Amino acid sequence: MKKTWWKILTILLLIYVVLAGLLMDAPRLNILNETIRVLHFHVPMWFGMIILFTVSVGYSIKYLGSGKEKDDDTAVEFANVGIVLGLLGLASGMVWAQFTWGEWWSGDPKQNASAIALMIYLAYFVLRGSFENPEQRGRISAVYNIFAFAALIPLLFILPRLTDSLHPGNGGNPGFNAYDLDNRLRLVFYPAVLGWSMLGIWVATLRVRLRRISNKLLSK
Amino acid sequence: MAGTFTKHVLTIIRKEMMVEWRNRSAINGLLLYLVSTIFISYLSFNVRVNQLNPLTWNALYWIILLFAATNAVAKSFIQEREGRMLYYYSLFSPQELIIARMIYNALLLIVLAVTGLLLYMLVLGNPVEDVPMFLLTVLLASIGFSATLTMISAIVSRAGNNQTLMAVLGFPVILPVLLMVIKVARNALDGLAPDASFEELATLGAINVLIGAVSYVLFPYLWRA
Repeated sequence: MKKTWWKILTILLLIYVVLAGLLMDAPRLNILNETIRVLHFHVPMWFGMIILFTVSVGYSIKYLGSGKEKDDDTAVEFANVGIVLGLLGLASGMVWAQFTWGEWWSGDPKQNASAIALMIYLAYFVLRGSFENPEQRGRISAVYNIFAFAALIPLLFILPRLTDSLHPGNGGNPGFNAYDLDNRLRLVFYPAVLGWSMLGIWVATLRVRLRRISNKLLSK
Repeated sequence: MAGTFTKHVLTIIRKEMMVEWRNRSAINGLLLYLVSTIFISYLSFNVRVNQLNPLTWNALYWIILLFAATNAVAKSFIQEREGRMLYYYSLFSPQELIIARMIYNALLLIVLAVTGLLLYMLVLGNPVEDVPMFLLTVLLASIGFSATLTMISAIVSRAGNNQTLMAVLGFPVILPVLLMVIKVARNALDGLAPDASFEELATLGAINVLIGAVSYVLFPYLWRA
């Protein structure tokens, strides 16, 4: 992941996403109007968050097997950046919700599920804070990370069934694909998902390296 | 192999019950906790019997039970002394210990939930139309709460036995179980046909199995730490 080509690609993709997302022609839809452009910034945050949390759990599993501190570092930093993306997704979603659904917090199942996911990962950091011994901290927080992730997966399938969702594609609402994610939006949306996820991974890898350096300096 | 596993699990459960029986202050404390919480809720709502909205009735019951369960299960690992853990280590495998603890806590929670329900119905009325279904929900909820909270209590016991941590770590993880339970209980309250809740009951069972299995795999790592 230290190669430069994908970082340049990320920058180019995001420049394109910001320019095209804000300036290109967007479909004219009732209620949504121009807010449809948030699509390129709101939805990719969730893709990025899920990818980063999955990587974090993967490294937690690896850490339980290997016991190497660098795996623990990776798990932590990917969770860290995942939380940031989650908060951005929540904030952009709330603004969008206020102007289309009429409430900042609409009790939408996806909104609730994402809030719970963030609570789990914030708890993960509280747990980490209560250890002195790094080996114990790594092992036990890795166990919690995996356990919580396993408990979270059913939630993502259950919650939308409990109440109708306002999101497209849920609760009888037609999905974006059905009518309004037309080809003009797709041209920006797919690069946006790719670009923002890659940016998340990039920041996370930088933070992992920073953490390793500071660990090395501290242990001297 | 399977034979000794069951035998060991049963031994641990029997030992837990004996300890509980000989030192009744713990279970009495839990029961009193439950009684006072229910009574406080009853007085705070200041309603006459059967005047609480069924939706509120249901949510309040499960929230009271959630807090009682958190307290009940918290003691299963938190109150264990270092030396005794070492002693268990020489006798049993970690898998045996976690499974036995989960079963024992589930039994304990069933006792608490049923006692609590009786008292709750006494002071706040009984709007439940389908009582057997509600009891089935209580049973599955106890198993689900026990499976989740036992593992969380094992984690917390390694992190300096902080009671706040128990709630912070446990509540987000227990939410899927809680939401499912409240949904099924609501169906039972309204007296819907049992097959209306079948899908939810199956999901609840599946979550319980999933959490049990994950704990079974992960607990040995906690133990070794």
